[in-house]
Amino acid sequence: MGANGKNGNGRSNGNGNGHGNGKNGLSERPKLAVWKFSSCDGCQLSLLDCEDELLAVAEKVEIAYFLEATRAQVKGPYDISLVEGSISTPEDGKRIRKIRRQSKVLITIGACATAGGIQALRNFGRLYDYITAVYARPDYIDALASSTPISEHVPVDFELRGCPINKHQLLEVLNAFLNHRRPNIPTYSQCVECKRHGTVCVMVAKGTPCLGPVTQAGCGNLCPSCDRGCYGCFGPKETPNTSSLATWFGWQGMSQRDIRHVFRSFNAGAEAFRRESESHE
Amino acid sequence: MSSATGTAAAGSKPRIIKVDALARVEGEGALYVRVKDDIVKDIKFRIFEPPRFFEALLRGRRYTDAPDITARICGICPVAYLMGASQAMEEILGIEMTPQLQNLRRLLYCGEWIQSHVLHAAMLHAPDFLGLDDALQLAKSNPEIVKKALRLKKAGNSLMEIIGGRAVHPVNTRIGGFYRAPDRLDMMRLVDELKWGVEASIDIAKVFGTFDFPDFDYDYTCVSLRHPDEYAIERGNIVTNRGLNVPLSQFLDHFEEKHVAHSNALHGVDKDSGEPYLVGPIARYNNNYEQLSDLAKQTAQEVGLGPVVTNPFKSLLVRMVETVYAFEEAARLAQAYEPPSPSFVEAEPKAGRGYGCTEAPRGICFHTYALDKEGRITDAMIMPPTSQNQPQIERDLLGVVQKNLALDDEALKWRCEQTIRNYDPCISCATHFLKLTVERE
Repeated sequence: MGANGKNGNGRSNGNGNGHGNGKNGLSERPKLAVWKFSSCDGCQLSLLDCEDELLAVAEKVEIAYFLEATRAQVKGPYDISLVEGSISTPEDGKRIRKIRRQSKVLITIGACATAGGIQALRNFGRLYDYITAVYARPDYIDALASSTPISEHVPVDFELRGCPINKHQLLEVLNAFLNHRRPNIPTYSQCVECKRHGTVCVMVAKGTPCLGPVTQAGCGNLCPSCDRGCYGCFGPKETPNTSSLATWFGWQGMSQRDIRHVFRSFNAGAEAFRRESESHE
Repeated sequence: MSSATGTAAAGSKPRIIKVDALARVEGEGALYVRVKDDIVKDIKFRIFEPPRFFEALLRGRRYTDAPDITARICGICPVAYLMGASQAMEEILGIEMTPQLQNLRRLLYCGEWIQSHVLHAAMLHAPDFLGLDDALQLAKSNPEIVKKALRLKKAGNSLMEIIGGRAVHPVNTRIGGFYRAPDRLDMMRLVDELKWGVEASIDIAKVFGTFDFPDFDYDYTCVSLRHPDEYAIERGNIVTNRGLNVPLSQFLDHFEEKHVAHSNALHGVDKDSGEPYLVGPIARYNNNYEQLSDLAKQTAQEVGLGPVVTNPFKSLLVRMVETVYAFEEAARLAQAYEPPSPSFVEAEPKAGRGYGCTEAPRGICFHTYALDKEGRITDAMIMPPTSQNQPQIERDLLGVVQKNLALDDEALKWRCEQTIRNYDPCISCATHFLKLTVERE
C-alpha cells in the first residue's frame, strides 16, 4: 500500500506502466525488492548501512519492496530480488516460489540464504528435541525439520556469501547486474586476502586454529587482523581441502568434537563444511 | 501486502481490516482485533518470525561459542548478545574485567546505541509522524535531516568497526575482553565526528519535538538496569519504577516468559501481577533520568519531556535524547582511550551458572547459561527485549485502537503500525510482518 505516493513523489504506481524495457530485459529504472526469510536481518541492514551510497542507489533503482525500510509496496514483477534468510517453515517454501516467479534476477544474500544459516544446526539433530528445549507448547510451533538454502527450492542467479555480507560486495553485485556484467566477487580463500594485506598468519605464528585456508575471502580478513582465527562466516571457498585442515587441527590437539563444531557454525549446511563435520561424528 | 475490506459504517456487519505485512520493523507479525458495539473485545499481536531454537543449538557447545552464535539472533543489536553472553560466562569463570576493558565495552555499546537509535528514530519511525512511507520520501521533503541522520548512523557504525572489526556481527569481542586492542590513532580520528554528533543529534531531536504526538498515555511498569556510577548501558542491577532492585540472578524470580498460542515469540510478564511490563528507552529514561548528562536533560526539556514519559509515541524523542547522551559518552571515552594491555582477561572453564544482562537499544536482553566442568553449555536461556515487550505492545494497541475507532480503516491500520514501531519490535530477536485483522461486530 502507499505505493501511489500520496505525497506525489513520482513513485511508480506499480502497474508497470511508464517503465520502458531497457537493454537486456532490465527496466530503465529497475525495480528492486528485498525479501526476508529466517534470519537476523543483518544482511538487509547492510543495504541501509550504505550511508554514503543509499540515496544514490535509490535514485538509480526503484525500491519497490523492502519492508525493513518502507511501508510502500510496489507490485511485481521485479527486476532484481535480494533474498535474505533460509527456508525453515512450510509457508516459506511456497513464498519463495512465488517470489522467483515475480523476479527477473534473484540474488541470495548471506549465510542463511546461501547455506541455511546457524539455524541449520537443527539439521543434525531431531526437531522435536529442539522445539521442546525452547517452547513449553510444541503444538504451537510449525517448523520444518531442516533449515535450507534458497537454491534448494528455486533457481538462484547469484549467491552472495557472508554472515553478514560485506556491503561493498553487495554494491558490486547490484552494480554488476544493473550493468549487465559478471560480479567481481573472488572465490579464493581468506589466506589470499591475508597475504595481500600482509597480515601475519595466526596459525603459523601462534598456532591459533583458523578456517582461513578453506573459507572464501570477502570480509577483509577481519579475524586474523584481530589476532583471531577465521571462523568461516563466508562459507567454503571453491575446492576447499577441509580434511587436510581438519588433520592439522587434530595435530594441534583439537578433539574430534571440537573439530566437528568448528565446521558447524554459520555455514554448517554448506556442502563442504557439512561433509567435513560429519566425518568427525 | 495490505488490504482493507468491509465498511467503516456502523452496524452489525463485521468490519475487517487486514495488514499482512508490517514495514519498518525487524521481524514479522500480525495483529487481530475484534470490536463489538464500539468496544475492543479482543486483541492479539502475533509474531511469524520462524523459530530458530538458539537455546537448543547451544547445548553441548563450548562456552566460547555463545557470544558469536547468539549475536546472530539480531543483526541490529549484535553487541547486546555478545556482551550479555560474555558477562554470563565471565561470572562462571570468575573473570573480573578491568576498568579499561569495561570502558571499551561501553564505548562499543555507545556505537550500537547510536546506529540503532538513529536508524530506528530517523529512518523508520519519524516518517509515520509526517504521513510518509519511508526515509526516502523524507529525503525528498527534508534532505538535510536525512543526510544528517545518515552521517550520525555512520559515526555509530564507524565506532563499531574500529572496536569490533565490523558493524554487523563484530568479530573482535571475546569473553574477558577483546582479541586485539583497537589502535589509539583510529579512535582519535573519530573524536571530532563524535563531538559533531552531539550537536547534530540535538538538532534532530528539536525537529522531532515539533511533531504532533498521538494522544495516549499508560502507567507503565518500567524495567531496566541501574548502575550506581552511570546511566546503565552494559551493566547493572535489575530495577523497576515500583521499587524492585535485585541482582541479575534474581531476575527470573520476578519475571517469566509465557508461551501463547498466537505467537512464536515468548511473552514476558511480571510474575507477581501477571501483568505486562515495559523495557527500552522509556523504561530506562523513567528509571534513571537523574543519571543522564546535563545536556541530555536539557535536550529532553527543550523537546517537551519531563522526567517521566508516559506517552509511548514519545519514545521517538527519548531515543534522540539517549542518542545525544551516547555521543557525549562516546566522545568522552574515545578521547580518554588508551589501548588496554593485555586486551583480555583469561580463566579456565569450570562448572556453574552465570547471568548476563545489558541494555540493548530496545531494552534489557537477559541471558543465563549453565556449564559443565569442561566448559560445555548444558543449559541456555535468553530473553530478548522484544519478547519481554510483546504483552505491553498488545496492551498499547488495545488502548490505541479503542481510542481511534473513529478513524477509517486505512488510518487506523497506519496508527497501529506506528504504535508497534514505538517499540520497533526488533522482531527477529523474538521472532516483520503485520497482518492486521479488525473484526467489527
